[in-house]
Amino acid sequence: MSTQSIAWAKTEVSRRPLVEKLHEWVTTVDHKRLGILYILYALLFLAFGGVEATIIRIQLIRPHNGFVSPQVFNRMFTMHGTTMIFFVAMPILFGFANYLIPLMIGARDMAFPRLNAFSFWMTAFGGLLLYFSFVGGDGLYGAGNAPDVGWFAYAPLTAQTFSRGHSTDFWILSLLVSGFGSVGTAINIIATILCMRCKGMTLGKMPLLVWLNLTMAGLVVLAVSPLTAAQLMLLVDRYLGGHFFDTQAGGSAVIWMHFFWVFGHPEVYVLVIPAFAFASEIIPVFSRKAIFGYPVMVAATICIGFIGMSVWAHHMFTVGMSSAANTFFVLSTMAIAVPTGIKIFNWLATMWGGQIDFKTPMLFCAAFLFQFLVAGLTGVMMSVAPFDWQLGNSYFVVAHFHYVILGGIFFTLFAAFYYWFPKMSGRMYNETLGKLHFWLFLIGFHLTFDFMHIPGILGMPRRIYTYEPGRGWDIWNLIVTVGVFFQAAGVLVFIGNLLWSYWRGKVAGSDPWDAWTLDWSTPSPPPTYNFVTIPEVRSRRPLWDLKHPEDPDWQYE
Amino acid sequence: MNGQRRVTNARVVRSLDILARQVLPFCGSVVGGFAAPAVPSLSPTNIFAPVSTPAQSIFDLSRFVLMVTGSIFVVVFGLLAYAVVKFRKKRASDGREPAQVYGSMQVELAWTVIPILIVVALFLAAARVIASIQNASPPRNAVEVTVIGHQFWWEYRYPSLNVVTANELHIPVSDTEHPAPTFLTLLSADTDHSFWVPRLAGKTDLIPNHPNSMWVDPHETGLYLGQCAQYCGTQHAKMLLRVYVDSREDFDRWIQEQSGPARVSAAASEGQTIFERTACINCHTVAGTVANGRFGPDLTHLMSRDTIASGAAPNTPENLRRWIQDPGTIKPGSKMPAMGLSGPDLMAVTSYLETLH
Repeated sequence: MSTQSIAWAKTEVSRRPLVEKLHEWVTTVDHKRLGILYILYALLFLAFGGVEATIIRIQLIRPHNGFVSPQVFNRMFTMHGTTMIFFVAMPILFGFANYLIPLMIGARDMAFPRLNAFSFWMTAFGGLLLYFSFVGGDGLYGAGNAPDVGWFAYAPLTAQTFSRGHSTDFWILSLLVSGFGSVGTAINIIATILCMRCKGMTLGKMPLLVWLNLTMAGLVVLAVSPLTAAQLMLLVDRYLGGHFFDTQAGGSAVIWMHFFWVFGHPEVYVLVIPAFAFASEIIPVFSRKAIFGYPVMVAATICIGFIGMSVWAHHMFTVGMSSAANTFFVLSTMAIAVPTGIKIFNWLATMWGGQIDFKTPMLFCAAFLFQFLVAGLTGVMMSVAPFDWQLGNSYFVVAHFHYVILGGIFFTLFAAFYYWFPKMSGRMYNETLGKLHFWLFLIGFHLTFDFMHIPGILGMPRRIYTYEPGRGWDIWNLIVTVGVFFQAAGVLVFIGNLLWSYWRGKVAGSDPWDAWTLDWSTPSPPPTYNFVTIPEVRSRRPLWDLKHPEDPDWQYE
Repeated sequence: MNGQRRVTNARVVRSLDILARQVLPFCGSVVGGFAAPAVPSLSPTNIFAPVSTPAQSIFDLSRFVLMVTGSIFVVVFGLLAYAVVKFRKKRASDGREPAQVYGSMQVELAWTVIPILIVVALFLAAARVIASIQNASPPRNAVEVTVIGHQFWWEYRYPSLNVVTANELHIPVSDTEHPAPTFLTLLSADTDHSFWVPRLAGKTDLIPNHPNSMWVDPHETGLYLGQCAQYCGTQHAKMLLRVYVDSREDFDRWIQEQSGPARVSAAASEGQTIFERTACINCHTVAGTVANGRFGPDLTHLMSRDTIASGAAPNTPENLRRWIQDPGTIKPGSKMPAMGLSGPDLMAVTSYLETLH
């Protein structure tokens, strides 16, 4: 077996005081530690965003509910959206990318370890800045006040006229700061993948996870930059007398929408492509088959990246673009369904004829396939601009993008957590608790987001703190809120499982899944600098080659 | 092992072929049957209960889209369910790895080309409806209304009919014998809003410095509800829409009543004096008097409306009093300040407003 054939120097671990350990974590430039820091940081913010979501849903449990005031409600959905996108989903995916990419390409660290640390701390402080608004946001005008302009902060609601005090400034600055961190990490990922691959790992032999993260990083560079530019322009508007988005002085509200969605839509792919990456690693291992159609998967990903840059205005079908512009964005948006469909079919074909072992990671991946199918199809519905004139900005949209982000991205993220937890901690998680988490979360997810489509079809717009009785929305909102508690219970089981397993779990060994990529050739957890001798690969599944010398992959690739 | 791989390939190709020829058309007809009946009783704002041409053509298109996406769902879900059940690891497995299949260009080509064809069909259907709704030009007998969105209420101006009103839009019914579509010009006085009455048409945003337009031609009289669909600030939730579709005679009568100035009665002169000496007139207009503010709703014919505060409360004397005293009790975050009138003054102003029929 491969893993035993590589000898490892045992590192001496002596007992050190806590302060010294903490100091090591704070000053670390090791990609694995930074990856874990990203992940833990994101989990903390996941708790914040989850509490905000729960408050939103309790308020909407029945019509004319008075759980929170409209002002508080508006802050909650603004903070929930901003937190979940910028301070949960992005950092957690960066965390996994940081941790896994060097291990998978046989490198000892990222290309720029110090830039890596810098990027993490920028993101971290960006998040703290956003939450500091709760105590400092209103500045001169009184007590604390979080932003309440919505996560896409349409002009002119962000102008001084409509948003007094400093809550909007906190929103702008925190995204600016974390945006620099995101771009830094993206550049680092690109440089690492292009320059640090081990011998034999040509571009065509990289694991799919690496290919997909390369595409993601390219999208981050292209998408976050316009957002940063727009935030700077908004600051100029607010403090230096600019009129870019100031409609009272002839500025354009529509320009802000374009700037935001030129970022905002590729951002969806920034989040979902790494999710595809997890599925592309986990599904083959638990089906015991090589990924079906590797070159096509790579091509489809790059296709999604490119087309994904040209679909942004499908968020703006209702703002009164010309019929020609609307028609163009219908076509580009529908076109992206083709490469996305190809990916789903390839995952299915990977499972086809396999021996699927439904351990927790695979359960989450199977649910992901189902949910991503539904999310894709509701996406196709809304790409039809006239249909979107009805569905846009309704609860149907809210259900759709939560299907993408929670049902798609978070389900694969949970899969990734369970799959790589043994690698990161050296311990196995508890399988029973993992399955309990899966079923609780699955039930909660479907209660909440299946039924959320219906009030949208029945005319319920998003972002309303209360609604009128007699619209036929009451029962659906009740069910939606009930689902939240199942999800919360699932997440608590998940956190409990991680904590318990970290101290009490069975020792995992280097390769508990009998997997095929280089990360599983290192001990769990991997030592600093990962590899004693840099490995050399001949195929996409180097560990398969070692385990099956009679039938190695490189004979067929 | 290589031979085994090829066998599996052939099997995949064959099952895909069966799928395309037999299963797909069947599923399409099943799903299409389900999507057909529209049930208006589910909700007064059901998008699948259209009564006006734009909403109707969107509904027809959406049935086609649902049929296509529904069929895709059934097929792919079927494949997924089959794979999950059929290819789970057997308890008595011998520990040998299954045949390794690396891919197949024929299969990849099939599941690229078929989706492309579906996309082309959907795109053409969508493009046709976009053009038919967006590029329609107003006929000569069209009613023209300018809708101005405010935080958090609706202003309606009928420029050719000399009528200004707020929050409750009246338009004529448009039947096949007497087509009378209404064309709306959409403007905003402050932030972004969106005009959405689901049974009449899709939504269109009201954006400052960016005039938009839309049209409706309701075939049935009645009251149609909706609300602002673009987040516009604190009270976005209570910026409700009420569209009254009147018979031609009722509509003409309504226009007749609305176009005159306020009929001021002498009995309410005390309330009128207080109204005109306080800040009320900075924001509100009562045609024919000195009150000519434009920041708040026109009150000339206030009592002809069923609701106040943009649909947030029924228009009763009690609600009117509460509203004048402290709008925050009905609609917290409303831009109207609490007037802080003394008891008798409050009664007098309310009585005055109650005369504005």
